[in-house]
Amino acid sequence: MCWPFTVLTALAILTDGLVYAAYLFLVAVGLTLIFGVMKILNVTHGSFYAFGAYGAAIAVGIYFDRGYPAAGGFLLMVLVACAIGLVLGLVLERGLLRLVYGKDEVVVVLVTYAAFLILEDVIQLIWGTNSYALYQPLDLAGTIDAGPLVLSGYDIGLVVFAALLAAAGSFALKHTTWGRLLTVVIFDRELAASFGINVSLVYTVTFVLGAMLGALGGAAMAPKISVTLGIGVEVIVLAFAVVAIGGMGSVGGAFIGALIVGMCRAAAVHLVPQVELFVIYAVMALVLVFRPQGLFTRAQPRKI
Amino acid sequence: MSSYRLMLAATAAFSFVAAGGSQAQQPAAPEPVKIGIVTFLTGPAAAPFGIPDRNAAEAMIESLNAGKGPAPYNQVGLGGAKIEPKFLDEAGSAADQVTQYRNLVERDHVDVVLGYVSSGNCLAIAPVAEEMKQLTVLDICGTPRIFEEKSYHYVFRANPTATMDNVGAAKYVLEKLKDVSVYSGINQNYAWGQDSWRDFDLTMKDLAPKTTTDKVLWPKLFSGEYGAEISTLLTSNAQIIHSSFYDGDLEAFIYQSVARGLPKRIPYVLTSGETSLYRLGPKMPDGMFIGARGPHSFFAHGGDLNTWLTKIYVDRFGLQPVYPSYMMAQSLLGLKTAWEKAQAKKGGARPTQEEVIAAFEGIEFNTPSTTVKLANGKGHQGVTDTAYGTYKFDKDESKPTLVDITRYPADCVNPPPDVDSVTWLQGGMKGAKCN
Amino acid sequence: MIPRSLSIGALAFIVVAIAGPFFPAWLISLATVAFANALVVLGLIILWRSGLVPFGQALYYAIGAYTVALIGRYSGVHDIFFMVVVAALLAALTAYLTGLLLARYREIFFAMLSLAMSMILYGILVKTETLGSTDGFHVEAPRWLGYAPAAGWMRRAILFWTVLAFDGAAALLVSLYFRSIAGSLAAAMRDNEIRLEFLGISVNRLIHLNLVIAGTLAGIGGALAAFAVEHVDPDMSYWTTSGGFVFVTVLAGSGSVAAAFAGSFVFELLKSIAYDLLPGTWQMFLGAALLLTILFLPEGLGSLLLRHRRTLKAIRAAGR
Repeated sequence: MCWPFTVLTALAILTDGLVYAAYLFLVAVGLTLIFGVMKILNVTHGSFYAFGAYGAAIAVGIYFDRGYPAAGGFLLMVLVACAIGLVLGLVLERGLLRLVYGKDEVVVVLVTYAAFLILEDVIQLIWGTNSYALYQPLDLAGTIDAGPLVLSGYDIGLVVFAALLAAAGSFALKHTTWGRLLTVVIFDRELAASFGINVSLVYTVTFVLGAMLGALGGAAMAPKISVTLGIGVEVIVLAFAVVAIGGMGSVGGAFIGALIVGMCRAAAVHLVPQVELFVIYAVMALVLVFRPQGLFTRAQPRKI
Repeated sequence: MSSYRLMLAATAAFSFVAAGGSQAQQPAAPEPVKIGIVTFLTGPAAAPFGIPDRNAAEAMIESLNAGKGPAPYNQVGLGGAKIEPKFLDEAGSAADQVTQYRNLVERDHVDVVLGYVSSGNCLAIAPVAEEMKQLTVLDICGTPRIFEEKSYHYVFRANPTATMDNVGAAKYVLEKLKDVSVYSGINQNYAWGQDSWRDFDLTMKDLAPKTTTDKVLWPKLFSGEYGAEISTLLTSNAQIIHSSFYDGDLEAFIYQSVARGLPKRIPYVLTSGETSLYRLGPKMPDGMFIGARGPHSFFAHGGDLNTWLTKIYVDRFGLQPVYPSYMMAQSLLGLKTAWEKAQAKKGGARPTQEEVIAAFEGIEFNTPSTTVKLANGKGHQGVTDTAYGTYKFDKDESKPTLVDITRYPADCVNPPPDVDSVTWLQGGMKGAKCN
Repeated sequence: MIPRSLSIGALAFIVVAIAGPFFPAWLISLATVAFANALVVLGLIILWRSGLVPFGQALYYAIGAYTVALIGRYSGVHDIFFMVVVAALLAALTAYLTGLLLARYREIFFAMLSLAMSMILYGILVKTETLGSTDGFHVEAPRWLGYAPAAGWMRRAILFWTVLAFDGAAALLVSLYFRSIAGSLAAAMRDNEIRLEFLGISVNRLIHLNLVIAGTLAGIGGALAAFAVEHVDPDMSYWTTSGGFVFVTVLAGSGSVAAAFAGSFVFELLKSIAYDLLPGTWQMFLGAALLLTILFLPEGLGSLLLRHRRTLKAIRAAGR
C-alpha cells in the first residue's frame, strides 16, 4: 500500500510528538508535584532521574541476564525506581530540606542544587565513569509497522504509561483523601495548617512521591538511552520548562504542556530541523506571554 | 547550635574528606619532567574520551618511566628524566580552563601541558599558551581552525584534524555504495557536528557532484531521545546516513534506531563510531561503516608499538584501548621524540624549551597507529593516513571486528600545508595525492 | 560623614589595587575574572533585594562579551573604554526591551522566562557557524587610549586595574542607589508588593529599572571577562552560567555591596582549589562548600561583615 507523503509525515509527527511528550511528562511530573505543594524548584530532580536510570539499568539488567520472565522485568523497573525514590526522597527531605524550610526560596533552590552536585559525584563514586545499557525491554517490546514508518512497541508503551500516570495523578489529586490534602496545601499552606492539616507530613509525603516519580522517569527512559554521567543535567531544564508551561502543581498542566512541546518539536524536526534547538524555549516564552502563571493555574487571591 | 546541625556539618565535612580521599594517589617519587595532562575526568565526555585518554597516559608513563618502551622509545621517561604527570579535569567553562591553564603554568610550573579534548577549549588555550610562552601539545580536539587561523610557536598538535575523518568517510561510502545518489545526516547541533557534516557534504559534492542530500538533522547535543529523527529518516529516500555521534548519543541512537529497523533499511557511516564498538558489541548492526578518527585500534599498523600499547593497556585496565588512547600515544611519543632529539643534539644534556620546540617542528615519528609527520601548520600540525572499515560482530569469538578495511594516505585526506581545509574542500581538493 | 561600610570598602579597594599586581600571576588572572563576574553578581544582589532572582543574566553577560569580541574582530577599533561602553549600552538596551516583558512576572515564571531568553541567544550563537558556533573565537587584546601594553605582566596588571576601576565605580554607584529612594524601596518590594502599590508606587516600573541596571552591570562584566579570558563562546549564555552567578550571589548574601566582590573571588578560588586538588570529585566539594555556607551563614559571606558591625556597635553602645 502506497502512503502519500504528507499523510506519512503527519502520522510521523503525531506519533513522534506523543512519544516525546510522554518522555517530557515522565520527566516533569515529579517536579511539578514538589513545586506545587512545597514551592521548591527542586534541582535534585535531575539526580532522582539519574539514580532511577542507573538503578534500573543495573538491577533489571541483572534480572534479564538471569533469564527470568519478561513481565517481571518491567515490574522490577517500577519497583526499583520507587525504592530509590523512597530512600533518596526521605534522606533529602528529612535530612536536609527540613533545615531550610523557613528560608528564602532562592536559598532552598541552592540547597537542592548543592545536593545535586554532591549526588552527581556520588553516582560517579558508586558506578564509575562507564555507561550502562538496558536494552532488553526495548527488544522485547517489538515493533509495529505503519507503512515505511516503523514504531517501537516500547515507545507506544511509554505513551500509554504516561497517559495512565497522568490520569491516575489527576484522579488521585481530586478524589482521594491524600490527594485532596495535597491540593489544599497547594492552594494555601497557611490555611491548610490552620485547619489542622499536618503540613510537615504532607511535605515529606510529597517530596518522596516526587522523588519516586523522578526516579520512575529515569527508569522508564533507561532502555532507550546510554546510562552515563551527566544524564541528570539535561533533564533539569526540560522538566523546569514543562512545569513553567503547565503551571505549578498541575498534573494536567504538565501533561498538556508536554503535549504542546512534544508536537511542536516533532513538527520542527520533520519540517524545519534547524529550529529544533529553540522549540522548547520558544513555546515556553509564548505560553508565558499569554498565561503568565502557566496554563493551568489557580486564581490567586490578593493578600495584603 | 543543635546537635543535629553539628551532625549534618560533620557529614558535609566528611564529603570534603571523601572527595579528597577518593582521588587516585599520584606517584610520590620526585620526577624532573612535569607534564600537566588535561582531559575530561567527569561528565558525559569522560567515558568515551577522557578516561581512555588518561588511562593510556598512565599506562604509557609507567612503562616509559621503567624504560620498557620498545625501540626507539626505550629511554627512561623523556631522555632519562622520569615523567611526572598531573591530571586535571577539563570540566567547566572555557574561562575555567584558561584559569586552570594559567595555574598549571604559573603555580605548578609544569614543563609541558598536554591534552584538551574539546575544540572550544583548544581554541581558547592556544593563544594563552603563546602569550605565556609555554610548550603545549594539543591532544584530541579536532578543529582545523587552530593553525589555520593563526601561527603558533609554542603550540603543537601531533594528531591530525577532523577534516580527514569526513573526507575518508565520503571516500569509503563512494567506494562501497557505488550507486549512491542521496545521502542524509544526523549530527549534533554544535561545532563538532556542524564541522563534520560540512566536511562530509563538501567532499561528497567534490567527488560525486550528482548526489543530493535529503533530511539533514540537527538534534541537540546530549539530547538522548531520537524518536522524531528516526521517523524522519525512516521516511527519507537516502541510501547512507552520516553521523559524527559518539558515546552516549551514539549508543542511544543505535538502540533506538535498531529497535525500529532503520539500519536494515539505510546503513550509517559513523566517523567516531569506534569508541562505542566494545560497549555495543552485538547491538551494533553489521554492515555499518566505522571510522576511528585515524588509523587507530582496529586499523592500527604500528607493529611492535601497537603490540606494546595494547599489552600495557589491557594488563593494567582489563579493557582494549580505543582511539583516544592511541591519540594520547601519538601526542606523548611525539613529545618524547622531539625531546630526545633535542637532547641528542646537545650531547645528552637536558634540552631547554626552545630546543625542544626547534626539534619538534616538522618532525616525523612512529606510533602504535602509524607514522606521524608534522607537515602542516608550519611544522606544528600532524598529518597521518586514515582508514575506514565495515562492522562485523564475530559471534564465535564474541568480539567486534572491522572488515573490508580501506586505508587512505595522508596526502589524500589532509589539506596540503598552506591551504585551509574549507577552502581546499570547496576548491575540489586540489593537490590531493591518492593512489 | 562617610558611612562605615563605604570607608571599609574603599580601604579594601585601595589595598587590593596596590598590592594586587604583585601577587603571583595566576592569582591576578583568577582575580581579574572573579572581579569581572562580580559585576554580574552585583546586579543580582539588586534584584534579589527586590525579591526576584533571574536565571538568565547570562544573556546580558554574553551580549557584553560578544560585543567587544566582535568590535575587536571586525572593526578596526581596539580601545577598551569605547568597547566596554558600547557593550554596556547594548546590554542596557536589551535589558530594557526584555524588561518590558519580564517585569510582569514573578518567582519561577520570572526565572524561567529569563532563562528562556538566554537560551534563545545561546541557540542563535550555536547556529552561527561564522562565529565558530560552540567553539567560539579569540578576543584580540585591547588598547588603552592607543596604548598597547606588552603581553605579560604589564598587560595583566593594567587589565586588573581597569577591572578594579569599573568595580569601584559600580560599587559606589550601587551603594548610592541603595541609599536612594528607588533603592530603599527594594526591601519593601520583596516583602509585599501590594502595599507598595497602595502607596502609589509602580512596582513594575521599579522592577524594570532594576532589570536595566542589573543587565547593564552584567554586560560590562561580560565585556571585561571576555578580555580577561581572551575567548568568547556561546557557553557564556548557557543556563549553567546564570546558575553560577546565582550560586555566588547566595554565597555572598544580599547584605552588602562588598560581598559581591568578596563572594566572587572566594568562589573562583574555591573552584580553582577544587579542580586542582580533587580533579575527579570537585563537584562534590563545591556542593559541600555551598551547603556549609547555607547552613552556617544563611545570610551569605556578607553577613560576616554585618554581624561584626552590629557587634561593634553594641560594644560601643554599651561602653557609652
